[in-house]
Amino acid sequence: MKEFSYFPGCSLHGTSKEFDESIRGVLNQLSIKIHELEDWTCCGATSAHCLDETLAVEMPARNLAIAEKSSRDLLVPCASCYSRFKGAEYEVKEHGKKVSFPYKGNVPIRFAMDYLCDKPVVEEVKKKMVKPLSGLKAVCYYGCLPVRPPKLTGIKDYENPMHMDRLLKQLGVEPIQWSYKTDCCGASLMFTRMDVFKQLIGKILVKAKETGADCVVAGCSMCQMNLDTRQEDVEKDLGKKLDIPVLYYTELMGLAMGHRDAGKWFKRHFKNPIPMLSAKGLM
Amino acid sequence: MDAREQAINNNVPLLSEVVQKSGEKIQNCYQCQKCSAGCPLNFAMDILPNQVFRHLQYGHRDKVLSSKTIWLCASCYTCSTRCPNSIDIAKVMDTLRSISARSGAVSGEKNISMFHKFFLTLTKYTGRTWEPGFSLYELKSGGLGGFMGWGMKAFFKGRLGLFPTFKGGKEFRRLFNEPKGGAR
Repeated sequence: MKEFSYFPGCSLHGTSKEFDESIRGVLNQLSIKIHELEDWTCCGATSAHCLDETLAVEMPARNLAIAEKSSRDLLVPCASCYSRFKGAEYEVKEHGKKVSFPYKGNVPIRFAMDYLCDKPVVEEVKKKMVKPLSGLKAVCYYGCLPVRPPKLTGIKDYENPMHMDRLLKQLGVEPIQWSYKTDCCGASLMFTRMDVFKQLIGKILVKAKETGADCVVAGCSMCQMNLDTRQEDVEKDLGKKLDIPVLYYTELMGLAMGHRDAGKWFKRHFKNPIPMLSAKGLM
Repeated sequence: MDAREQAINNNVPLLSEVVQKSGEKIQNCYQCQKCSAGCPLNFAMDILPNQVFRHLQYGHRDKVLSSKTIWLCASCYTCSTRCPNSIDIAKVMDTLRSISARSGAVSGEKNISMFHKFFLTLTKYTGRTWEPGFSLYELKSGGLGGFMGWGMKAFFKGRLGLFPTFKGGKEFRRLFNEPKGGAR
């Protein structure tokens, strides 16, 4: 049995709870065991690297030092935490930055999206699939940090990534190609410059709708939260409904493998995907 | 240090400070404007990313440190990825924000700089991000109305825990008290 250390990050215990639930559900179906890091703390998020170059490395290093105590790889679902961890690893390994925790840069940091879209896992998912999601059209929205900067993520096709598209295709979904896969959702500008933020998510949501997709599939908790929970604000400005659900790739994996909690995950969304999925006979 | 670098250090202190702290070769920017063309926030900025670099090269301290641009940058890394001179532009923006915040420069985007300071102060005590705590920031910035309805809905959807989880303890909080501003 494959085992990982697991760092959920703050969002997955809060506004992205369904991401945490669905990823745990899917890993369980795939017989992959996770061990949540003990006494983990915030990775520093955007604010630490904006204001303080020392905190930007120390905050992730504290968690990485805990992870390094075990010989397991560290699985990270949140794109922001992943980026901060890889950034700290880079500073310690490439620039010899000294940190106040016993972290040597030895624990392999695995981004959940990369791992779950990788061939061996996808093959396993295909074996366990009970209900191919045929008739469902989706646009993949990767966001920024799952692919950039490539010196940290190691992603080669960062301008037009395809790994999530390939996963969805195997689930029976029809992934539609579009030009906004890696555009920025505005991240924390949601709290500070709503006017600017709405222009960013508005463009992404309108373009997603124009492709004729039934849903947007995201791999980053910040992106999903912004596109889903703030869609109503965009609709108010536009004067028309968009009603495009924003799902996590893990939710679709769970649905295709017949996870019994899928309905529970979907109920947490502001734009409820259940009517659309039911109309297609997928729920 | 060669003669060119020495001259920069003597004549443009801000540039040498940013080069030293970020480790990025800002002098190599030749104004191709690829960063600004691809920047998703360019429409909201007062000076474009390539202009930030030109002002830096000239040492225009206030123009750069009090710009809206450095705070509006969302660290999406599109510019860093595309720069033909391999300058990590988003990283330079980090360095500029931290210098701006520490030097007491007038912030070009007061709410954004305040948000980040608030986030770190709150997290110092909670150990993990406590999302309902952001309403205190919204209260301070006068934007509470838009946040309350959203927060209530998120709470009823089970997407918002009400209470902070105090984690990390002294060993975590100590990180926030150490002297700041060192180069890497």
